Amino acid sequence: MTVLAEPSQKTECPKAECWSCGNGNDADAQFCAKCGKLQPVAPADYFQFFGLPRRLQLDRVALEKQFYRLSRKLHPDLYARASAQEQQWSLEKSSLLNDAWRTLRDPLSRTEYVLELQGVRMEEQSRDATDAAVASGTSKQQIVPPDLLEEVFELNMQLEEMRMAHASGEDDPGLKADLQTAGQNFEEQLAAAMLELESLWAEWDRAADAEDPSAQLSAEQKIVDLLNRRSYIRNLVRDVQQALSN
Amino acid sequence: MAEERVVGIDLGTTNSLVAFMQGEQPVVIPGEDGLNLVPSVVALTSDDRIVVGNAARPHLIEASERAVYSAKRLMGRGVEDVQDELKFFPFRLVEDLAPGEVLRIQLGTREVTPPEISAYVLRQLKRNAERFFGPGIAVKKAVITVPAYFNDAQRQATKDAGRIAGLEVLRLVNEPTAAALAYGLDKKKDGIVAVYDLGGGTFDISILKLHDGIFEVIATNGDTHLGGDDIDNLLITIALEDIGGDLKLDLRRNGEAVQSIRKAVIEVKIALSTETSTTLDVTLPEGQHYQREITREQFEQLIQPVIARTLAPCKQAIQDAGIQIEEIGEVVLVGGSTRIPSVRKLVEDVFELAARGKKPHAEMNPDEVVALGAAVQANILAGDSVATKDMLLLDVTPLSLGIEALGGVVAKIIQRNSTIPASATEHFTTGVDGQTNVAIHVVQGERELAKDCRSLARFDLKGIPPMTAGMPRIEVKFLIDANGILHVSAREQRSGKQAEIEVKPTYGLTDEQVETMILDSFDNAEEDFRQRQLIEAKSEAETILIAVDKAPLSPAWKLLNPVELSRIRETRNTLEVARCGNDYHAIRDAIAALDYATRNFAELQMDAAVTSVMKGKTMDDAGENMGSAPTAPHAIAPAEIEN
Repeated sequence: MTVLAEPSQKTECPKAECWSCGNGNDADAQFCAKCGKLQPVAPADYFQFFGLPRRLQLDRVALEKQFYRLSRKLHPDLYARASAQEQQWSLEKSSLLNDAWRTLRDPLSRTEYVLELQGVRMEEQSRDATDAAVASGTSKQQIVPPDLLEEVFELNMQLEEMRMAHASGEDDPGLKADLQTAGQNFEEQLAAAMLELESLWAEWDRAADAEDPSAQLSAEQKIVDLLNRRSYIRNLVRDVQQALSN
Repeated sequence: MAEERVVGIDLGTTNSLVAFMQGEQPVVIPGEDGLNLVPSVVALTSDDRIVVGNAARPHLIEASERAVYSAKRLMGRGVEDVQDELKFFPFRLVEDLAPGEVLRIQLGTREVTPPEISAYVLRQLKRNAERFFGPGIAVKKAVITVPAYFNDAQRQATKDAGRIAGLEVLRLVNEPTAAALAYGLDKKKDGIVAVYDLGGGTFDISILKLHDGIFEVIATNGDTHLGGDDIDNLLITIALEDIGGDLKLDLRRNGEAVQSIRKAVIEVKIALSTETSTTLDVTLPEGQHYQREITREQFEQLIQPVIARTLAPCKQAIQDAGIQIEEIGEVVLVGGSTRIPSVRKLVEDVFELAARGKKPHAEMNPDEVVALGAAVQANILAGDSVATKDMLLLDVTPLSLGIEALGGVVAKIIQRNSTIPASATEHFTTGVDGQTNVAIHVVQGERELAKDCRSLARFDLKGIPPMTAGMPRIEVKFLIDANGILHVSAREQRSGKQAEIEVKPTYGLTDEQVETMILDSFDNAEEDFRQRQLIEAKSEAETILIAVDKAPLSPAWKLLNPVELSRIRETRNTLEVARCGNDYHAIRDAIAALDYATRNFAELQMDAAVTSVMKGKTMDDAGENMGSAPTAPHAIAPAEIEN
């Protein structure tokens, strides 16, 4: 687990003048160092907004604290009597803050966000792919992870039998038990994938700390594969649960 | 510049209230009649005046086509949404309404939209506050509460109502959140709180995390068409069936009769919260009586399906909050319908309170707590008080926001229960070479298909530079503000050009429409009202002066002592002077003073009148002898004697 770093101190930063008092501030400052007024600049990304280095592992408690601290400075309620311009900035910034908090607090959405910032295409796992599938009215095509082929083949047979049994009104306790076992097996695999993902986060963070782009790239590829595998297994678990609850 | 005060308003389905922060405590501002609750009823009198609240209530029974109530249920809705509603409510919609158009209701000879009806109620509350604060303090800004589960159109309609009433709506606050603010003000306790709000027409459940003065909503759910009205309607249906069977009377189309029954069933409902049995007693238009004994047990059985509809939203909210029931430390009850014992029982069961040795909180008046919370939020926004200095409200959007994609499927862009303000950026392109327009359909709701969700608006992106199909990259930013209202902006990224957006709100009023409503109906009406008030006060003063000047002829006059006589003379002269001026309040004050000074005289006269009746004189004779019209609404005349 990485410790939250202090907001990075830059040397020789370009300065930006405060719109209100004219003080020269850091170009990325959200507030004027002198008069405390809100500045119009937009933070480059969610990590920067929170004053954090771009890492996959985060101290959630510290992140939450920072979220509340910034909420107390940016929320539109605090600008009800300010100028229309400041109200607009407060609205934009607090919405960005909330979006950032939502994305970073959840490890999976945080992972997807980092990959997106790194310019990684997520293929079938990505939100773009989901949107495209939704837009064309089809379901996403997913590649079966090779080591799962046999199990998936068997599961699909069981699910089909279950559907037929259900359609004819039969109740087959043996089949139900088989499905339950299969479901349990996949849930275990899901947990294992999660553990593996955590170790990959650490691997990527170490590479980022060491400023080793090729190690980062290799970790990213492994993460993409694992996320695809995870999402595939998650769908299987869902199918089993649906079949059992029918 | 005149001093301004920001008030908090609970614009309810059944009743509305206005409150403000008096020092460190929120208090409700009473109306001229001394009552805190202003019934959300608007009526048009036979001489074409708009009356609101208690003054409008009698019209529901006497002339139901000239009165509207529960208009909140119609806010932000279309004609196709309200068909079920119309079976029970005597609203008469104008006939040429098209689907998707703003509703217009026939109120006597006028046509009014739901935001205008709400505006009349808001204007009354504004006046009540201004009257309470006295001259020199204007009320132009307000925080107004809305059900947490209100969608964008319903919120926008509420904001429009404020504008029509001449109020700048600084913030729309969700009702359960406001209640939590009111409760949290003196408790200052950290933990997880659930607010169960069952009002006249809407149901909300909100789960909040309280810590260091931050009121953070983590999940909300509800039903904007579930409340006390539904319970009333069940009872009315039974009564109408009974009357149809026993008395062979079909009263379903008789607005006045239905209103009499409504009034009676509400009394029964309230009585059964404390009694185990009561009688439903209605006098019908033809003078017939309908009576029926109702036990609490029967009542509870009857309403069970209605109150059970609050279960699913509660469970969904707990699940969305990602917490276990045991983590919920307190449950707060809000809304008049939570006075019903079986509703309390249900809450105790759902939140497993009894098992944990807890009781739901109902220490604050469930009718007033939302308005008090609105006053707290008004104070937070005004930013000038220590009481609320560290308080901050973080609310969520109750419904997911999505855009209609190919095949009518919804692509969700902002999930429900996201902290607001929240935003999402989406990219669009063209499908045909040289295409300069792109249409986007924005919906709100949890369903998969756009047709099952609430249509918010259709946006037409215009002025896209002609390019090869798929080349333009139009970035559209969707932003939900702290009021839960959507804002949209668009930019073509390749040309950097701000794209033009034409918004067609599905059930809303356009800016221009709102503008004309303000000018047409209100500026003049306001002035008309003041004028009429003044004229009425002057003529009342005149009547009273005539009566007082005749008073020495009465035998009772001789019984007054010199101090009393001089006080009457003094106050009479003050009124004489005030009557010739144009200060409404001065006239009213002078009337009140004279009224007070003549109280003993009026009582003596009353005794004399009673004595003369006993001597065999008629009441009319006695009234003539007293030298004043017996019906004058004044203490000097014995107006209270009934024939």
